[in-house]
Amino acid sequence: MNKWIAFWNILAKDMRTYYLKPPNISWGLIFPLAWTGMFFVKSGADQEDMLTLLPGVVAVSILFGTTSLLSVTVTFEKKNRSFERLLIAPISLRLLMLAKTSGAILFGSINAFVPVILALFFVDLSQVAWGAFVPAIVLVAVASTFLGLFIAVAVSEVFEAQTFSNFFRFPMMFLCGLFFPISQIPIYIRPLSYIAPLTYGADILNGAVYDANVMPYALDFAILVAFCAVLFTASLWQIKRRWIA
Amino acid sequence: MTEPTNSGESQEAIVVQGLVKRFGDVTAVESASFSVGRGELFGFLGPNGAGKTTTINMLTGLARPDAGTISIGGIDCTRDPKAAQHLTGVVIDESNLYAELTGFDNLCFCAALHGMRKAERKAEARRLLESFGLSEAAHRKFAGYSKGMKRKLTIAAGIIHRPEILFLDEPTTGIDVASARQIRQLIADLRRHGTTVFLTTHYIEEAERLCDRIAFIVAGRTVRIDTVENLVQPVKQKHVVQISYASAVENIQTRLSEAFPDLEFRTLSEGSIQVTARAGIPVGPLVRFLEEQGAEVAEARRMRPSLEDVFVEITGIEADAMRKEKEKSGGGGGGGAS
Repeated sequence: MNKWIAFWNILAKDMRTYYLKPPNISWGLIFPLAWTGMFFVKSGADQEDMLTLLPGVVAVSILFGTTSLLSVTVTFEKKNRSFERLLIAPISLRLLMLAKTSGAILFGSINAFVPVILALFFVDLSQVAWGAFVPAIVLVAVASTFLGLFIAVAVSEVFEAQTFSNFFRFPMMFLCGLFFPISQIPIYIRPLSYIAPLTYGADILNGAVYDANVMPYALDFAILVAFCAVLFTASLWQIKRRWIA
Repeated sequence: MTEPTNSGESQEAIVVQGLVKRFGDVTAVESASFSVGRGELFGFLGPNGAGKTTTINMLTGLARPDAGTISIGGIDCTRDPKAAQHLTGVVIDESNLYAELTGFDNLCFCAALHGMRKAERKAEARRLLESFGLSEAAHRKFAGYSKGMKRKLTIAAGIIHRPEILFLDEPTTGIDVASARQIRQLIADLRRHGTTVFLTTHYIEEAERLCDRIAFIVAGRTVRIDTVENLVQPVKQKHVVQISYASAVENIQTRLSEAFPDLEFRTLSEGSIQVTARAGIPVGPLVRFLEEQGAEVAEARRMRPSLEDVFVEITGIEADAMRKEKEKSGGGGGGGAS
């Protein structure tokens, strides 16, 4: 059997039934706009500061876009038992979950370019290192999606998925060095910054946009890949333990 | 158990040995052992909570057994459940298709999960929608389907990839009589075309009508496995009369037992009693006695002993009570075989 037929159709079905729904598309547009506006108002920044805000808005858009949708869709399908239809399909659990998460990864990556396109109208983006920026967006989308998956398989109800997501998202957003440097965070909280995957994605984005990375790109990418592998493996383990028990 | 064929291929589609499943301190399935022949329609009957769905979940790879072995089409399921899933179709006890997709798209999606190519899955979806009488609703969203239509489409989704072995968990629960009848016809057709069907149902008359063999499961144990004919044989010798009466009389069962010690009495519901005997039942004296006790007898009917009587004898549970409980939890009721 061609397992890629199953893979592609799971992805296409999720895109159609969840990610390309008008409310989600409009949410994907409004959310980055709201974040940009909020940071401008809060910091009293002018047009030139948009460049320094761009990595933060991009990363937060990905984080919220992926975790919200994936954790809700997986929990929803588990709750109404349509997920069982996927579990009894003759494809490996690994491939099934990759198909299930690919939609969120695509959605998060596309979402990230909304603030970039907006920024094009206001600032010069010619100095952005796209070779690091684009892979960082994809990797942050993968890590955030796998975090959403990890949350989805740990809860039973849709509302629990949302609440539990915030438990990770908000601390990560403020501790990852996107809106103020990690060096300004109190030393006893700082270790938390380094166990958040977004910290490494933010570092690459800061470096790519205005050359402000504090760690080498190679280290950031390696740690992000490791986070993706750990989150995905832990999620598969949880599915086997809780859903195929 | 059946013998292997000359070609070396086993005649058994499903072989289960010493299957055990525990949830904490509760043993849901205890040492279940049975086999299902290729092309056989095998019924799995038991009261609610007996372990039917847990057994199906283990057979289909949705649950892992704590002990025992499962072979599906010769594949060791406990080692490689994914390999066996190529051979099976599964219809769980809920209509679990995608509310946002149309009937046609749901079928195409389920076919794609089994690797079927686009043209093939579209043709098969159209054929199944036609044969299930759902062609007109093909492009309506699943969420807008009636209960019966949802159940039919869910069954169609379970067979779209033409599985060798089909697991059907309560296929007719909670649906209208016409849809239930159509589903039963379809199950019979599948069996005729050589599909092995593993069926759980709480409609005992449905199992009696459809199945080649039946296993009774009670409190996680398979207590009896036999052909319908062999199961019914002992009760065929019995004489059964059902008496319905209008006015309520206190302790009527006790009074009847005292007056007619050779007969067995069982209260079916208020105003309805079943009389069983090895020899002929004196209906006239029984009716007269009941009327003397103040009961207004409306009807006394000789009954044909059925699998339901065997079920009650084996499980000690009233089939009617089990059916009502299931329908209450499942919603609605499409009734037994008609």
